Amino acid sequence: MTRQMTGAKMVVEALKDQGVEVVFGYPGGAVLPIYDEIFQQNNIRHILVRHEQGAVHAAEGYARSTGKPGVVLVTSGPGATNAVTGLVDALMDSIPIVVLTGQVPTFMIGSDAFQEADTVGITRPCTKMNWLVKDTDQLSDTIHQAFHIATQGRPGPVLVDIPKDVQFATGIYVEKPQAKVAHYQPRTKGDPAMIEALVEAMEQAERPVFYTGGGVINSGPRASALLRELVAATDFPITSTLMGLGSYPASGKNWLGMLGMHGLYEANLAMHGCDLMINIGARFDDRITGRIADFSPGSKKAHVDIDPSSINKVIHADFPIIGDVTQVLEEVLRVWKARGSKTNKAALKTWWGRITEWRAVKCLTYKNSETTIKPQYALERLEALTKGRDRYITTEVGQHQMWAAQFLGFEDPNRWMTSGGLGTMGYGTPASIGVQIAHPDALVINVAGEASWLMNMQEMGTAVQYRLPVKQFILNNERLGMVRQWQELLHGERYSHSWSEALPDFVKLAEAFGCKGILCKDPKDLDDAIMEMLAYEGPVIFDCLVEKHENCFPMIPSGKAHNEMLLGEAETKGVIGAEGGVLV
Amino acid sequence: MSPLNIEKGSSSHSAYDLRSHMSDTVETHTLAVLVQNEAGVLARVIGLFSGRGYNIESLTVAEVDRAGHRSRITIVTSGTPQVINQIKMQLERMVPVHEVHDLTVEGPFVSRELALIKVIAKGEHRVEALRIAEIFRANVVDSTLQSFVFEITGTPEKVDAFCELMRPLGEVRLARTGVAAIARGV
Repeated sequence: MTRQMTGAKMVVEALKDQGVEVVFGYPGGAVLPIYDEIFQQNNIRHILVRHEQGAVHAAEGYARSTGKPGVVLVTSGPGATNAVTGLVDALMDSIPIVVLTGQVPTFMIGSDAFQEADTVGITRPCTKMNWLVKDTDQLSDTIHQAFHIATQGRPGPVLVDIPKDVQFATGIYVEKPQAKVAHYQPRTKGDPAMIEALVEAMEQAERPVFYTGGGVINSGPRASALLRELVAATDFPITSTLMGLGSYPASGKNWLGMLGMHGLYEANLAMHGCDLMINIGARFDDRITGRIADFSPGSKKAHVDIDPSSINKVIHADFPIIGDVTQVLEEVLRVWKARGSKTNKAALKTWWGRITEWRAVKCLTYKNSETTIKPQYALERLEALTKGRDRYITTEVGQHQMWAAQFLGFEDPNRWMTSGGLGTMGYGTPASIGVQIAHPDALVINVAGEASWLMNMQEMGTAVQYRLPVKQFILNNERLGMVRQWQELLHGERYSHSWSEALPDFVKLAEAFGCKGILCKDPKDLDDAIMEMLAYEGPVIFDCLVEKHENCFPMIPSGKAHNEMLLGEAETKGVIGAEGGVLV
Repeated sequence: MSPLNIEKGSSSHSAYDLRSHMSDTVETHTLAVLVQNEAGVLARVIGLFSGRGYNIESLTVAEVDRAGHRSRITIVTSGTPQVINQIKMQLERMVPVHEVHDLTVEGPFVSRELALIKVIAKGEHRVEALRIAEIFRANVVDSTLQSFVFEITGTPEKVDAFCELMRPLGEVRLARTGVAAIARGV
């Protein structure tokens, strides 16, 4: 049965066909026909954000907490350009997002029309794929392709640019099953011979470590379950990147904590000293490896990744396995069981002995204060008072993000939404909104710094409009904390523009938005204040005044190796050499 | 805490200069890339090279299968083995890219370039130009009393050599297609 309809109607039909429940968007001239269709139906809920960047981050929060693609609808020109940061954020963190943009009518393209921008040109390197649809007959097919490409293989953002005349014109609707998607079918099954070789290496390994990343989470909840099964079967230690937190539970006995630049001592030293590194769904990011030449010098490395270009990009893989994490782990476990595999128990015992010594260093120790709230203390209390609840955490970017990763424990995947690859300040507030839309009854907290938080604070309007009880937990040091820390370590304590001389009164700001504001500055009041925040049924802006000059440790300075990490203030003198200074 | 002494000129280094590669030998490879012939596909491929800092020494593109909407892009690029490998992987994962062949490693291949060379010359130099053209099996495709246009096909080295010989004879203007390449045999 062929169905004729307008392009605008097709957009709504195609979204419905794809099972979309929510769209984050902002109307404008070039998308009015689509908004008119949205007005006349009840299947798809539209969330009106306050800025297009907020729409994309909200869609990312939605996608990361559900595993489903997030959908965005914005207008041409500035609507599209405002969405660019979110697109790159999603590209770097492999988050499935479908962005629909309006465009000036086809006959006006290239004329510098009002609100015209070369959206596909601008977003080509910011998306996994993008399209300009010039013919209404192609529209629904293209949208179905867009969903397929966003979600298959390594997920990522896609964009469909739809000129206004294409929205008005009538064409033939193509149902989802008929869409032309066949040519994009990434490989998901790992090479059996390589998996066999890896299992053999695992049997012989004396100092093994699992190094897992966001790929485990992107592969779906089954991947996390299989990972837990494999860790239990082998008793190998496991660490994870910022992106992969929650795939293995923080309370699990084999958990070493996060690794990397601000990762835990035991995790980084295990990476440095291992003889078999099993990378599952991570990409050897520079925040993880430190100095490449001295990265885990004595180990064989396995690398499981769905994206062939990730393998051997930075670090040579001895066991390259291209495939979906779920399928590869299933196969690894099957082979493990079929071979009746046994680990080298004696060596493993010695290895755990060394890890226990590293753990005893207690690298997250900080000097608490009776009078000032230490940011680490604030997060410890937040963790203690929210543990066991149906909790989702988003963050902004900076010191607070690293402290959140260190001090909050994640027991399950999809509970932790943070901008990893791009490091986008302003991510957390809109992301928390997207998460709360997907999980209306859950506790959603955005752990923020005041500087990041100000970057997308307009989205509190969205939170109030849709009665989303998101908790904005702001660790306010009146500084750009991470910038300040680097200036202290690297730029002779010349704090160039790393503080705000005019911060708003966050409690009054909360009231102005129509939500609740809480100010806390005394450690003795902190527990009560947090409980007050949790008890309040609507959105809360929590202004937690913390120590202004706290540095985030442990830290591997740029250009250094894992075994050169700094544990505290005493060790920071002259740590970053000239070579490290040019890194970020 | 004391300020750190940063060596002068240290910021002139790129962060990525500090990375060690598997081998530092720069190799030249000829890649054949079969792509979906659709709007923006060439921009996508070129954007990959510029965005990730890869070299393009030559690039040609044309539709080779009208019914199947396929175009073939021939790229000559250079880099360390690791970089070449990344280029192939990055090309392969692009949605409109169907196949990537590294002709340099896949076996013997033929690679040709076409050039149109206009030589503006007088007297004896015109005769000499024609003589050299004959040796190189170049055809005269346009002739005036002041100029010739030669058409030459061959490897880029042959085209280079021909042009070098023409330059002393007069003013040389040049249009080259870039390299088209295909594997030998079946």
